[in-house]
Amino acid sequence: MSKLARVWLFLARSQSIWSRHIRVWSKLAGPSLMGNFGEPVLYLLVLGYGLGQFVGEVEGLTYMAFLASGVACTSAVNAASFEGMYSAYTRMEVQQTWLGMLATPINVGEVVFGEILWAATKSLISVSAILIVSMVLGLIADGWALFILPVAFLTGLCFASLALVVTSSAKSYDFFLYYSTLFITPMVLLSGVFFPIDTLPNAVQWLSKVLPLYHAISLVRPLMTGGELTSVFLHLFVLATFGSAAATLATYRIKKRLIR
Amino acid sequence: MHAAASQSEIVKSTKLSKLYAGKAVVNKLDLTIDSGCFCGILGPNGAGKTTTLRMLVGHCPMDSGELSILGLAMPENASLVRESIGVVPQMDNLDADFSVEENLYVYGRFFGLSSVVLKERTKELLEFASLEEKAKCKISELSGGMRRRLTLARALINKPKLLILDEPTTGLDPQARQAIWQKLRELKKQGLTLILTTHYMEEAERLCDRVIVMDQGEIMADAAPKELIKGEIESHVLEVHAASEALLEQLRCDSSIARFEKSGDICFFYGEKLNHALEVLEESSHDDYLFRPANLEDVFIKLTGRDLRE
Repeated sequence: MSKLARVWLFLARSQSIWSRHIRVWSKLAGPSLMGNFGEPVLYLLVLGYGLGQFVGEVEGLTYMAFLASGVACTSAVNAASFEGMYSAYTRMEVQQTWLGMLATPINVGEVVFGEILWAATKSLISVSAILIVSMVLGLIADGWALFILPVAFLTGLCFASLALVVTSSAKSYDFFLYYSTLFITPMVLLSGVFFPIDTLPNAVQWLSKVLPLYHAISLVRPLMTGGELTSVFLHLFVLATFGSAAATLATYRIKKRLIR
Repeated sequence: MHAAASQSEIVKSTKLSKLYAGKAVVNKLDLTIDSGCFCGILGPNGAGKTTTLRMLVGHCPMDSGELSILGLAMPENASLVRESIGVVPQMDNLDADFSVEENLYVYGRFFGLSSVVLKERTKELLEFASLEEKAKCKISELSGGMRRRLTLARALINKPKLLILDEPTTGLDPQARQAIWQKLRELKKQGLTLILTTHYMEEAERLCDRVIVMDQGEIMADAAPKELIKGEIESHVLEVHAASEALLEQLRCDSSIARFEKSGDICFFYGEKLNHALEVLEESSHDDYLFRPANLEDVFIKLTGRDLRE
């Protein structure tokens, strides 16, 4: 088999897993979409209006406009992380769905990649909802905002892969709290979702700059508010590097866990 | 391309071994299974049955030895081999989110089968599994037997040459079990090669034309069920329940008794005729006994012992 044919087969098999997941999702799309739309509306309205009164303008934007891009990125992170941890763990251990897939020609790498693709799709759905809400609230500057969608997908790929690394060592659902509490929450608080990070001490700023969420926000905020995009390739590179390193590690570890 | 060495040898292993924490779970297994064979693997818990099956599908890397399935070397060709095998796992892993027919469809997609092909096969398989009426039902609405039949149908979606079943009837009621047996016999008639593990001796005796008894990762016996009973054990068994020591002493005087075993308050006398012992029992007032032909379970116990395996 040629290299190209192999890649094609890998993608086709991963896609069959993605199709399975989207088929499940479409059965429960109602409540799921309600969550996708409802949460950002609440965050933007309550924090944007409420807190915005005190904060005034941030970086030349209304607080609600500033917050919208942060909320969009956070939701991309949360959607992919949840899918990569709780849902993936359910399929790996509780329902043994993966073992069923692995009894077909599908290999571990394809299962993992299918999961990552699907989790990133969840990020995409969730960010799309936020963009629609933001548009209704008049928080979107221009058509450049459409480029937020590929960034959201990439952010989803990155955090789904990281979540699957965590899942590869999980013994129960409780284990995920370590990752959420010790990594995701501090990262969200320090990456410029709620306030610009230049108010933070230098060392903390550096810390947030080595984490992927900061780079997602650095792309999404100007795209949403008509600001100037800087260091586009660096931001994309960081997200892609974290994602591919984590995906490789997750595949290796899950293979060790299941094929033993 | 991979040349198929011999299509008549579906499974061939030489000195196949698997170690966990330094202990051999499968120990230098030499096994050849020919096309069309219905092969049962029996063994107590921890005998290495499931590990062997997992190696056959490439879910368990071997530590030494060689294994080829359908003429293809494992585990390098695992994915290719799995295109032509069906697996019925010990634990149900049907997709609870899907209807009966969706389960077949989605699973077929994992094999890369087209919608057109799957539409046809789904219909055939629902009929085979007697689940036409349930096509639109959710999995939670199915009985245990129906779920197993659906799992079996799902394992056939790719028209496999080899079907691997890990304890397919565990936990089923007698009717559901017989329904599965009937389906398996049909498949055997169609020329499919089947490998099944089970704890039910009756199942192996009725279905399989070859029975392999495994213990501690090794093959203890390997023959047709009837031959195993003929070759490995005396023809008859006398089970005496809760007998007094004095009575047992008298029974043991029967010179035709080849072997005697005690388990709890049951005594087992193995032999051909056991005339004397039966006469003694007739004359005594003790009527809690059973004289019967030896069966596969007796062979199994003889080979693997009476100790509990946990």
